[in-house]
Amino acid sequence: MVEKTTETGRESAGQRADAAMTASELKAWFVREVLPLEAILMHFLRHNWRDASEIEDLRQEVYARVCEAARKERPELAKPFVLQTARNLLIDRVRRVHVVPIDAVADLDALGVAMDAPGPDRNVIAREQLRRLQSALDKLSPRVRQVVVMRRIEGMGRGEIAQRMGITEDTVAEYLAQGMRFLADKLYGEAPPPGAGK
Amino acid sequence: MSACEIEARAAQWLAARDRDDWNETDQAALDAWLNEDILNSVAYWRLEAAWSDTDRLKVLRRPGRSEAAIVEKRRFRPLLLSVAAALAAVAAIGFGATFLFQPAIRTYATAIGERETIRFADGSQIELNTDTKLRAEVSSSRRKVWLDKGEAYFQIHHDASNPFVVIAGDRYVTDLGTKFRIRRDTNRLEVALVEGRAQLETSNSRVPEQPMVLMPGDIAIATATAVSLVKLPEKGLARELAWRHGKVVFNNTSLADAAAEFNRYNRERIVVADPRVAKTAIYGTFQTNNVAAFARLAHEVLGLTIERRNGDILITR
Repeated sequence: MVEKTTETGRESAGQRADAAMTASELKAWFVREVLPLEAILMHFLRHNWRDASEIEDLRQEVYARVCEAARKERPELAKPFVLQTARNLLIDRVRRVHVVPIDAVADLDALGVAMDAPGPDRNVIAREQLRRLQSALDKLSPRVRQVVVMRRIEGMGRGEIAQRMGITEDTVAEYLAQGMRFLADKLYGEAPPPGAGK
Repeated sequence: MSACEIEARAAQWLAARDRDDWNETDQAALDAWLNEDILNSVAYWRLEAAWSDTDRLKVLRRPGRSEAAIVEKRRFRPLLLSVAAALAAVAAIGFGATFLFQPAIRTYATAIGERETIRFADGSQIELNTDTKLRAEVSSSRRKVWLDKGEAYFQIHHDASNPFVVIAGDRYVTDLGTKFRIRRDTNRLEVALVEGRAQLETSNSRVPEQPMVLMPGDIAIATATAVSLVKLPEKGLARELAWRHGKVVFNNTSLADAAAEFNRYNRERIVVADPRVAKTAIYGTFQTNNVAAFARLAHEVLGLTIERRNGDILITR
């Protein structure tokens, strides 16, 4: 795994405060603190934004904003920070949208997840993950599943997989890419957040 | 770039990095891409973390028993099936219309504003939306449906030995265990896959078009010369199928498109005369037959003028 991603983002490194993070710290923080909140974040976004086709965009924009901010100063608690960022983003979007909502706009304050409830426990996540991965694996299309299984469980090389399946290595890469995206969504985005009543 | 495109790119990078001949030049190119935008970084980090979490799957590996070998055996079945289905479909289309025996082909049609559900003995079911015409030949030996116009939702009882084929003009859809919806307008065909899989193909030999296997959430949009594929999230699909419950859902829909949608269901037509008004985007859920509610809201919420003229509803500024 390459930890060296040096300077990430739109801004220069000139103005770092004391709590600033290096790129690799930022990445580690993001993976450790923010990604486990994805199910909660998605729940919040889905409940407060009516256009489902934009949810993925919104999620990535929240991540980008969170990381931009965290790079300068790492927030003490990730969860309220992520949700607050999401909320601000939705408010920005509502203001910018040139669409006339003909029925009621979702009320940002009436819905949502309690900001101070504890985030999911990492141990629970670990146990959950295997279960979720297994079920996600079963939902992959057969060929993608096969490539993922060969690569990840059997530990085969790409050339060997290509040969066995009678496809090119590029196609193997394509299937891997498809599998990665699908698994990431199942792994992070789909667990019902605790206390969400789902 | 949309989040989806960025994620696709990130997945490509991650998959490319997985190869043996990954070198410093490649790494530099990846770093450059990551540094270009924090949106790129977060998409990549997320996928990378997920991919590394799949390590847990290794516990599934059992000594002396190759999962890959098992999967490999399994893979030929669907492949053969789809080939068989495709051959059957080609044969059906090639000879069906002119062949000697032509067993009972029944015609089903709905008028404007009507809906109808057809249930077949094999457990399959077709729901016809407004203003739709469909011919069906469903027996224990062959299952074929021609969608002549309109829109229908198919819940097909899968039977590999007797594939279910829907023909719409020179394209046909073969069920591979499926719920799907097909809408046929004058120059356009839309196939939305809800559950299972289906294969979309052309029967026109002059069109060099690859068969396309549709997965849940896929919407294939075919014109005379091209097919494109759109991925819809679950809610988007639900919107597309709201008619099954007698509703239309507008989501950032232009007033012109909303009017066209209402006009599919009602004899009383909505005419949006002013091009500036026509572009106004709206949200909302309506009964397909409740033109009055729509007109009232257009007046009350959008402040537009509503006029009834010769059985039409004219919307102007």
